[in-house]
Amino acid sequence: MASVVSTRRDALDVAAVRRDFPILRQRVHGRPLIYLDNAATTQKPRVMLEALQRYYSEENANVHRGVHSLSGRATDAYDAARETIRRFLNAADSREIVFVRGTTEGINLVAQTYGRARIGAGDEIVLSEMEHHSNIVPWQILCEEKGARLRVVPMTDAGELRLDEYESLLNECTRMVAVAHVSNVLGTVNPVAEIARLAVARGIPVLVDGAQAVAHMPVDVQALGCDFYAFSGHKVLGPTGIGVLYGRRALLEAMPVYQGGGGQIASVTFDRTTYAALPYKYEAGTPNIAGVIGLAAALDYVTAVGLDRIAAYERDLSTYAASALSGVPGLRLTGTARERAAVLSFVLGDVHPHDIGTILDREGVAIRAGHHCCQPLMRRLGVPATARASLALYNTREEVDALVAALERVREVFE
Amino acid sequence: MTPELDDLYQEVILDHNRRPRNFRALGGGRRAEGFNPLCGDRITVFLTVDNGVIADVAFQGSGCAISKASASLMTESVKGRTVDEAQALFERFQQMITAPADAAVESLGKLTVLAGVRQFPVRVKCASLAWHTLRAAFDARDEVVSTE
Repeated sequence: MASVVSTRRDALDVAAVRRDFPILRQRVHGRPLIYLDNAATTQKPRVMLEALQRYYSEENANVHRGVHSLSGRATDAYDAARETIRRFLNAADSREIVFVRGTTEGINLVAQTYGRARIGAGDEIVLSEMEHHSNIVPWQILCEEKGARLRVVPMTDAGELRLDEYESLLNECTRMVAVAHVSNVLGTVNPVAEIARLAVARGIPVLVDGAQAVAHMPVDVQALGCDFYAFSGHKVLGPTGIGVLYGRRALLEAMPVYQGGGGQIASVTFDRTTYAALPYKYEAGTPNIAGVIGLAAALDYVTAVGLDRIAAYERDLSTYAASALSGVPGLRLTGTARERAAVLSFVLGDVHPHDIGTILDREGVAIRAGHHCCQPLMRRLGVPATARASLALYNTREEVDALVAALERVREVFE
Repeated sequence: MTPELDDLYQEVILDHNRRPRNFRALGGGRRAEGFNPLCGDRITVFLTVDNGVIADVAFQGSGCAISKASASLMTESVKGRTVDEAQALFERFQQMITAPADAAVESLGKLTVLAGVRQFPVRVKCASLAWHTLRAAFDARDEVVSTE
């Protein structure tokens, strides 16, 4: 492990980081676990697990409801978590942070509230060719209901969005631009600040799917200039079932409610209901309190390690991995954008990615094989599926070497 | 290479993956579609039945080595059998690939090479897709079959 620890004093100490993740000590099929499926979900640091344990063993109560001390403590922890998340995204106001189940629900929330109120027949929603199904289907549902239509920004063969085409798609019918910050297949980091600038100049709101970005680079929603930004806790070392939708306050104030129920109301009679202020207006029902607290602990951990440091470390590791993988005969990387996160999709001759996945698993190497919930992108790439190695802050060059060695096993089987 | 992988990717399976048998379309008979949306395996099974006997069977599609080899071996195993015999063979095949890893393997002729799948529970759906699609073709069902 020592070889990957840079001599620079401010570089990430990967050996120390790895000690914080209990799951990484295990063996799979007798081999050390090499977890390279971080774009699907990340592993969890001990501090996050302890935060969940502490909440349930010492603070568990419902929030914003009880007059008893325990409820007060739970509420304090819950409210503090929202502020942690505001800081993490550099949102202007913690009322702009809405808790949801994950990125998918965040996007559905915007489609079903802002979209239903503001998007109608003949209107257009602009997406990109590399979107995850979660940033396609919610808009398609809306289009079917309203008679609106999707317009798709194409990409180059390298996997970069065609900004000229994007700009030409923006017109007086465009009501929303929804785009991934980082592609979960290609690793492309899209120029979302530029994308947002071009849309906002025309008065078009922009939603960014940040699922693949937040664990790997600093995100500043004000600098990006987007109106909505959604991410999932479990992809940034947090628990499953919790996610965040950032929305610009003026938009969130104006939008209709999402789900109705307890906690999101100001007053209810059988004649009418008035709704609570932001952000509670969008949070019906008892929230995922433990999830919120766990997410805040995960983000505190990421912040303590340093997102700049993580980004630099992963950039170096990703470059190393791309070079090592390119040396495997018959292997072709899909996605060679200049700005890339540490996601490496590939095909290996005519070996099906599921066969690659099975053989790698026996070597202890966990990767993803399939269409990655991006069937339109697979069609664009002309492949039914890819194999994908996605890296995180705790991965090492030795693990990349083990991946390459395991791919040699695949080649031996399918020579 | 682990012994389990050797069991799974036997030479016969690799050969059927490289050169699938009866890999073509058939006109005039029955057909059914199989699709596993999560993994993307896709198969069309073509079938002509004459007096309750499978006169010809073929398939097309794309998928992993296990799904392709299983489809190929299936076509070889059921051609010339009655529909009832093929249904019974499917039952025994399904039992073989879902049996506990340490259970004795019943011989199913050339299909026995797929017994290694039992050690890879997540791949059972790959091996069984062609068979479920064949059964849909027997039943002349229109819906797309899935084993996920």
